[in-house]
Amino acid sequence: MHSIWKTSLRYTIFSFLLFGLVYPLALTGVAERLFPHKADGSLIVRNGEVIGSKLLAQGFTSDRYFHPRPSAAGNGYDAAESGASNLAQSNAILVHREQADVDKLRKENPGVPVPEDLVTASASGLDPDITPDAAYFQALRVAKARGWSVDVVRALIAEHTVGRTFGLLGEPRVNVLELNLVLDSRDPHKAVSVIP
Amino acid sequence: MTANGWLQFVVFSLLILITARPLGIYLEGVIEGKIGWINRLFGKPEQLIYKLCGVQAHEEMGWKEYAGALLGFSAVTLLATYFIERLQAILPFNPQHLTSVSPWLAWNTSASFTTNTNWQSYTPEMTMSYLTQMAGLATHNFLSAAVGIVAAIALVRGIKRTDCKTIGNFWVDITRVLLYVLLPGSVIYALVLVATGVPQNLHGYVQAHTLEQPGIVQTIAEGPVASQEAIKMLGTNGGGFFNANSAHPYENPTPFSNFLEILSIFLIPAALTCTLGSMTHSPGHGWAVFAAMFVLFAAGFAAVYAAESQYNPMLRGVAQTGSATAPAGNMEGKEVRNGIAASALFATATTDASCGAVNSMHDSYTPLGGMVLLTNILLGEVVFGGVGAGLYGMLIFVILAVFIAGLMVGRTPEYLGKKIEAFDVKMAMLYVLIFPLAILTLAAIYVILPKIGLSSLNNPGPHGLSEILYAFTSAVGNNGSAFAGLNANTPAYNIALGWAMLIGRFLMLVPVLAIAGNLAQKKRLPVSAGTFPVNTPTFTVLLIGVVLILGALTFFPVLSLGPILEHLQLHAGHLF
Repeated sequence: MHSIWKTSLRYTIFSFLLFGLVYPLALTGVAERLFPHKADGSLIVRNGEVIGSKLLAQGFTSDRYFHPRPSAAGNGYDAAESGASNLAQSNAILVHREQADVDKLRKENPGVPVPEDLVTASASGLDPDITPDAAYFQALRVAKARGWSVDVVRALIAEHTVGRTFGLLGEPRVNVLELNLVLDSRDPHKAVSVIP
Repeated sequence: MTANGWLQFVVFSLLILITARPLGIYLEGVIEGKIGWINRLFGKPEQLIYKLCGVQAHEEMGWKEYAGALLGFSAVTLLATYFIERLQAILPFNPQHLTSVSPWLAWNTSASFTTNTNWQSYTPEMTMSYLTQMAGLATHNFLSAAVGIVAAIALVRGIKRTDCKTIGNFWVDITRVLLYVLLPGSVIYALVLVATGVPQNLHGYVQAHTLEQPGIVQTIAEGPVASQEAIKMLGTNGGGFFNANSAHPYENPTPFSNFLEILSIFLIPAALTCTLGSMTHSPGHGWAVFAAMFVLFAAGFAAVYAAESQYNPMLRGVAQTGSATAPAGNMEGKEVRNGIAASALFATATTDASCGAVNSMHDSYTPLGGMVLLTNILLGEVVFGGVGAGLYGMLIFVILAVFIAGLMVGRTPEYLGKKIEAFDVKMAMLYVLIFPLAILTLAAIYVILPKIGLSSLNNPGPHGLSEILYAFTSAVGNNGSAFAGLNANTPAYNIALGWAMLIGRFLMLVPVLAIAGNLAQKKRLPVSAGTFPVNTPTFTVLLIGVVLILGALTFFPVLSLGPILEHLQLHAGHLF
């Protein structure tokens, strides 16, 4: 019995050192050499300032930009407090929230059904993507606000739509932050301040 | 549902089928020390570890000694993690200067990670320092996975050996699993994850000035994510680095990483069925067990995928048909890159396998979709199941199936030449009864206590019952996923769920090892015309029947009050 405790204690020290420190620290060293940008969180830097991560949604409300999906992370798009609404399908709060968003979006684009991902909160609250349907749904609004032809905006969406991996995995999607950066880079008024 | 969604399922299934045998044989070779090049290359470092830790590597253990070492080691590691959490404020690798973890949460979390549950009643990025995540939690991902695997191996040895009083050496077994399976697997896997975009760094959280309004600062939580993510999936642990777990783009950035993560949930549990077949010299039996698991998995996926492809019937004016680029279904609590099919596949695998990682939020699933996930856990985590835990759980059902078959033909039941006698069946029944007893008793207590039980609910009506039931099911089943709306970070829930996890792990492990010890000392009987073959489709069907009947009969009443009632009410136009 005595030997069980002694061995347990020694084995605990050994394993906490190997798996708790050596493994993650060595891996950090290797990862930062091999994939520095990704190991760092795929951050997007403009003019020496971090404006966000390619992988994480951030809030957009202006008509000039595409909007991401609703977020329940913190007070919305909080990348230090990820999370979902966790509301049940039978919860009146969820259905009323979704219905209010549907009604609002219908006014923006009458006659067109509202893509579901635009009125449902994502699992992480930081979903960087929307479906291509959700992007095309917003094209008219963005084009109007920027004084562009809607065809230009639609072409940009098509260009930035990512298909299924190997034609099989996941679903087609559009990265909202990347698309919005492209919008600004094409906009003569905005381009000066955003592109380094 | 789409053809592409089903194709993802088919490709996934084929990969599990293809990898099971080679990996299963490798596992056997490693644990039994039969692989020459490993012995030559790593034999010396392995011996050094035994020397440093005071292990008598050549000494075999009886089942009581084996159980004693397993329990003693688990207790010490539990305490170590408790103190790391309690002291994290003054320990290194804490760039956010997070305060130390409160006592009840620290207790719950250390019980959770020791038992391979990885239930999390906290938001990691706001609560746990990098040191706590790396040393306190990820270390347990390795250790608890190894403990599960060696317990299963010990049981298989019990079946294999004859006239033998011992079932192996606990320290040697976990060392070999850790060094030759989990560590190399995690290193390669973690680097692949980094290549897909999972961060791995030690700097503090990043302040981003957002594009539309640079005045608005988005604080981006970072950390050594990939190293933890790899073993979290490979060891069917499931504890997220972030609150959103594998739904967080930093834990699971692409459809490819998502597919790898689902694959890595089933990789070892599926392989262990082939280890069983190989070690007992009856590969057909291993495949028969695999087949039973696979049928239950496929049925679960079909049900969840069908349920989640439905819209909320109460929602009007949304794109109600789906399109080629946006498949129809319930997207609340799911991510666009995964969509419905890959979310349903992940959810089915994670609840089948006691992993508990999530890439979508089960609380927001349709009532029936959520019910299937809950049922997967309630069947006892034997559909591939947790690493090791799935196999020994299923072997308990195998013993019961053989026993029932024996009763039907009026012969003493035999399993692979071993007589199944009163002691074995008593222990198997103990294993099977502890599970519903703990879940239903604890859930019933918390459901009738408004102040400490019901006040934590996020959803009213029958779904509230499902939330509490899911919490205790997940804890006792050592799953760790949640209907996460329930606020479980209260002293009352932290204490009860902590005990539930310990009961579900260790109280169920002891009967397993007792059976292993008892079987090992028996003689092997020659196969006769009256022997019930355990490598046939008939056996597979019987085994599925036993699993389903035990699960369905025990839990159907409470499921009818929770998800089934919710489904009927929702489709009758009633909200809560």
